[in-house]
Amino acid sequence: MDKTVVDLTAALADIEDGMVLMIGGFGGAGAPIELIHALIDRFKATGSPGKLTVVNNNAGNGRIGIAAMIDAGMVAKMICSFPRSSDPRAFTEKYLAGEIGLELVPQGTLAERIRAGGAGIPAFYTPTSYGTDLAEGKPVAEFEGRAYVQERWLKADVALLKAELADRHGNLTYRKAARNFSPLMAAAAGLTVVQATKVVEPDEIDPEAVITPGIFVNRVVEVADARQEEALMRDGVAYA
Amino acid sequence: MSDKLSNAQIAWRAAQDIENEAYVNLGIGFPEMVAKFQPPGRQAIFHTENGILNFGESPAEGEEDWDLINAGKKAVTLKPGAAFFNHAESFAMVRGGHLDVAILGAYEVAENGDLANWSTGPKGVPAVGGAMDLVHGAKRVAVITDHVTRDGRPKLVKRCSLPLTGVGCVTRVYTSLAVIDIEGGRFVLREKLPGLSLDALQAVTGAELLLAGTVADLVVPEV
Repeated sequence: MDKTVVDLTAALADIEDGMVLMIGGFGGAGAPIELIHALIDRFKATGSPGKLTVVNNNAGNGRIGIAAMIDAGMVAKMICSFPRSSDPRAFTEKYLAGEIGLELVPQGTLAERIRAGGAGIPAFYTPTSYGTDLAEGKPVAEFEGRAYVQERWLKADVALLKAELADRHGNLTYRKAARNFSPLMAAAAGLTVVQATKVVEPDEIDPEAVITPGIFVNRVVEVADARQEEALMRDGVAYA
Repeated sequence: MSDKLSNAQIAWRAAQDIENEAYVNLGIGFPEMVAKFQPPGRQAIFHTENGILNFGESPAEGEEDWDLINAGKKAVTLKPGAAFFNHAESFAMVRGGHLDVAILGAYEVAENGDLANWSTGPKGVPAVGGAMDLVHGAKRVAVITDHVTRDGRPKLVKRCSLPLTGVGCVTRVYTSLAVIDIEGGRFVLREKLPGLSLDALQAVTGAELLLAGTVADLVVPEV
């Protein structure tokens, strides 16, 4: 078995207009910047993929990554918990102009909806958001004397993730706190595409160290010199 | 002593109630200061929503590792015995009742324990983050806040007027003037600044303060 592909272009094949994309990362930790920028390149060259729904904790920062996707005009809607950052201009401008949609989801609910999507659980009950504006229109039920809100699974057409090591079977490890949403998103997407800092042979990751098992991964591309979002921000890089 | 506590002093007072080896989540911003004021000999284990237990202070400038950040996206360091985990596990720790203490900021706290701390109304871009999760599950949910808004209106109120973060979730409030518990849907005054009369405190509080036994002096060092 070999899930590696030759380059970013091959990794991003089959991503079409109107798809739901889960993008890993919390702030810059785990953000697959090179996959995102290659997708922007494709959009600029061909006009596709556009009208995307993007799932991430945030809604981009500065002029790189998801913010650059928004600036490029590829994103119709964000599903996130915190569409603010140190430089949230890209999302804020389009949101206030009514040019981008927002589904605001509490952070833990966002994580659990993605987990449920990957686990085949269509809905679950959580205490989070009970009695608040974010529970409006959702079924409520009482368990052991306490009220809970029903939330539904969240699935995606594609997940774009960043890993530290990937073997050719797609088994993944992540660096430090960079895993955040990625193990959940890997399972919740129909097509999971991973940029790994290093691709290794199937016997080179200790099975005890695997964080995301390869069954959840479809394509792996090596990006050895991956850049960090914060480092790019500090260097004043603008991608869009 | 000045007529009210500084933010650092409020954080200091809240830190005195955190037990040794407690698992604690501090909200981003002002509540993060609480970590600096742990009493000698006590070591809490801090949780951050993005997936670290037992993180420590910020590294020196230039030493940052941007894969090692907290929920506020600031670079942090690890202490011995730290652990990484994914977001679903992180919020299982939150909602599943595994944290001993969560400390958050507030726009308003109501006497029934309702908290409003995520939205000041329909203007601008709404953002909630983990606040709505954090108010459920921690054994104690405490708020640290100035006693009044910038224009002098009470932040401790009968019922919240701003969009709620959670219903009946707050158990204790540390303010710039007092320490107040929420019990049975009422504010119970535990401590107040020694120079402040009960009437003066009540005048800047939006719901009745009950007294249960002695009210202790709220004495905090300059920090």
